[in-house]
Amino acid sequence: MSTLLGNLYIGLTLASIFLLVGLGLTFTFGQMGVINLAHGEFIMAGAYVPFVLQTTVFASLQGVALLVALPVAFVVAGLLGLVLERVLLRRMYDRPLDTLLVTFGVSLLLQQAAKSIFSANNKDVVTPTFLRGQWNVLGVSMTHARLFVVVLVLAALAGVWVFLNQLPAGRRMRAVMQNRDLAAVSGLPTGRVDGTTFFLGSGLAGIAGVAVALIGPIGFGTGTAYILSAFLVVIVGGFGKLRGAIIAAVVLGVLNAYVEHFTSSTIGKAAVFAFVILFLQFRPNGIVSLKTRGLTA
Amino acid sequence: MRAKGSWRLPIAGIVGAALLAAGCSSSSSTVDTGGAAQKSGAGNTVKVGVLQSLSGTMAISEVAVRDSALLAIKEINASGGVLGKQVEPLVEDGESKPEVFATKSEKLITNDKVAVVFGGWTSSSRKAMKPVVEGTKSLLFYPVQYEGLEVSPNIFYTGATTNQQIIPALDYLKEKSLTKIFLVGSDYVFPRTANKEIKAYAAANGIEVLGEEYLQLGDTNVQGIVSKVLAAKPQAVFNTLNGDSNVSFFKELKAKGNTTDAIQTVSVSIAEEEVPGIGVDNLVGHLVSWNYYQTTDNPRNKAFVAAYKKEYGADKPTSDPMQSGYNSVYIWKAAVDKAGSFDVEKVKAAAAGIILETPEGTLTVDAKNHHVFKTARIGMINAQGQIDEVWSSGEPIAPDPCLDTYTWAAGLATGQARAECDRVK
Repeated sequence: MSTLLGNLYIGLTLASIFLLVGLGLTFTFGQMGVINLAHGEFIMAGAYVPFVLQTTVFASLQGVALLVALPVAFVVAGLLGLVLERVLLRRMYDRPLDTLLVTFGVSLLLQQAAKSIFSANNKDVVTPTFLRGQWNVLGVSMTHARLFVVVLVLAALAGVWVFLNQLPAGRRMRAVMQNRDLAAVSGLPTGRVDGTTFFLGSGLAGIAGVAVALIGPIGFGTGTAYILSAFLVVIVGGFGKLRGAIIAAVVLGVLNAYVEHFTSSTIGKAAVFAFVILFLQFRPNGIVSLKTRGLTA
Repeated sequence: MRAKGSWRLPIAGIVGAALLAAGCSSSSSTVDTGGAAQKSGAGNTVKVGVLQSLSGTMAISEVAVRDSALLAIKEINASGGVLGKQVEPLVEDGESKPEVFATKSEKLITNDKVAVVFGGWTSSSRKAMKPVVEGTKSLLFYPVQYEGLEVSPNIFYTGATTNQQIIPALDYLKEKSLTKIFLVGSDYVFPRTANKEIKAYAAANGIEVLGEEYLQLGDTNVQGIVSKVLAAKPQAVFNTLNGDSNVSFFKELKAKGNTTDAIQTVSVSIAEEEVPGIGVDNLVGHLVSWNYYQTTDNPRNKAFVAAYKKEYGADKPTSDPMQSGYNSVYIWKAAVDKAGSFDVEKVKAAAAGIILETPEGTLTVDAKNHHVFKTARIGMINAQGQIDEVWSSGEPIAPDPCLDTYTWAAGLATGQARAECDRVK
């Protein structure tokens, strides 16, 4: 029983990572249709932020450093995204394959930049005391670091929901994504809205970076470890659908955890891809798909 | 309005993301002066190849091996070179991909006409270069501990083979009565083969193997494996994970409240270089097995550590594979000096029985199997991120790549490995 529950926990925490790294992509890839392969490097940039803070300004306050890192990483990754969008991507919005190559190049540039700044070696972020330890619930040990990721993803989801549904800027963004021409003739500055969307989506990658810094390696290759999961969640979930992304993350995470438990890590991963391939045969537009270019649910 | 069946974007996304995840970077830095390809040994310089992964998941480890090889070359050049010629290193990036190692080694040998190639880390990279160096009858010095069961007429193995690293580690566990073990490794040739050998040893020595799990190279999703380890309650984990997976593995183990009193680990791919990236906190008290540590106490090592830090920075540690990469260049130089020629066959013949003072101690090249005699050392990671020796074999152990001197290992070396070992018996 506790093994079954334990794997549910593993699956859900895995889902929280999938979702967190994929959340930003639901904006830039899901809403705007930009295949941004440099999204992983925005995660990487976010992961370096707590390291930099812990080794400079907040050298003795590791917990503070981590919490401050969240907004800082959001802004750092967001600005990287904004620059990418303003300088390169807005010139090629109707050319997805060109975008793919350009962002791939940018991704390599950012990795090399990280290597030049931080060296090829991994860096370590010290887990603050309040995130060490674990709780035992029904025989399942839940580590605080993983629960922190779950809390973070819930908070990020809530923030995104409020932004899209309650704030004027969010409504403008939805209007542009839904019908760019109509939004433009209605007087919306579509270019600026695109910039905001990219800033937000990339900023969320930065927050994801802080989270993965707690549980995995922090190095120039950090982004490549998560980029595939991020795209999977968005593609299986359905473009730009928060609800779909949530369901996709949970299904893929839990599936991976259970298959891995009964077989091996490699087969768990293969099972996820086999599932995705099969699933896309039947629902090429993902779990949640509307006939119209929809809004986040 | 999204047209029905618009599958191109998702497919392109998946393909692109997969490309990126595979780490398709290609930055090759060649310290080549250019000009016409010259035959090795002609003119005032002799070209040598240095081929390590400078990008991709293995770059974290291999960049330092390149650095130590370049340091040795620089030292040799400063003291007059080899046979009066300055050594000119041509550095290539193996990109953490075996096929790139094959291509680049072939390029170095056939196009650049290097006298010798120093390089490789993963066994997959060595296996990829092996047919190239054998086919071209050239010379490769491979600097990293590996799983054994291989002898090539064209490769010198300057890292440990199984009986100089893994078997001593198992002897140590047995001595400490840590006899219930769990095997965790990356999913490729070294961990798979090493674990086959460990299981054979275990069966003959009363050690119980409670489980065996593999992660793909670079995979950070470790929760499933850690929960399997914790559920099995072993006394020790024998860890053959390589690269980034180690970071997630030790973080998760620590987060789950494990202490080395409950489950000790012995790692064979974590050295001084990797410790800061995994976090000293997560590693204190855990064991590693190597033949050299930065703390190894002898005058030759003090000089090596000082020279390395002077060249690359005071914060840069030295480690076993780096030291083997450094030694490789000196072994090659000694063999060339003895042969009085850069000719591969003459150098090979001269290498047999060479004795050198190296940072890990006195090193002897085996007369037949191209491996070297090495002292085994078990180390414990301390709070400064350095490794303290807690046990040593006392004297250099003769390399036995096919484990012919161990009765429990009978039958492990089969097929090609058997033939290769028999050829040099």
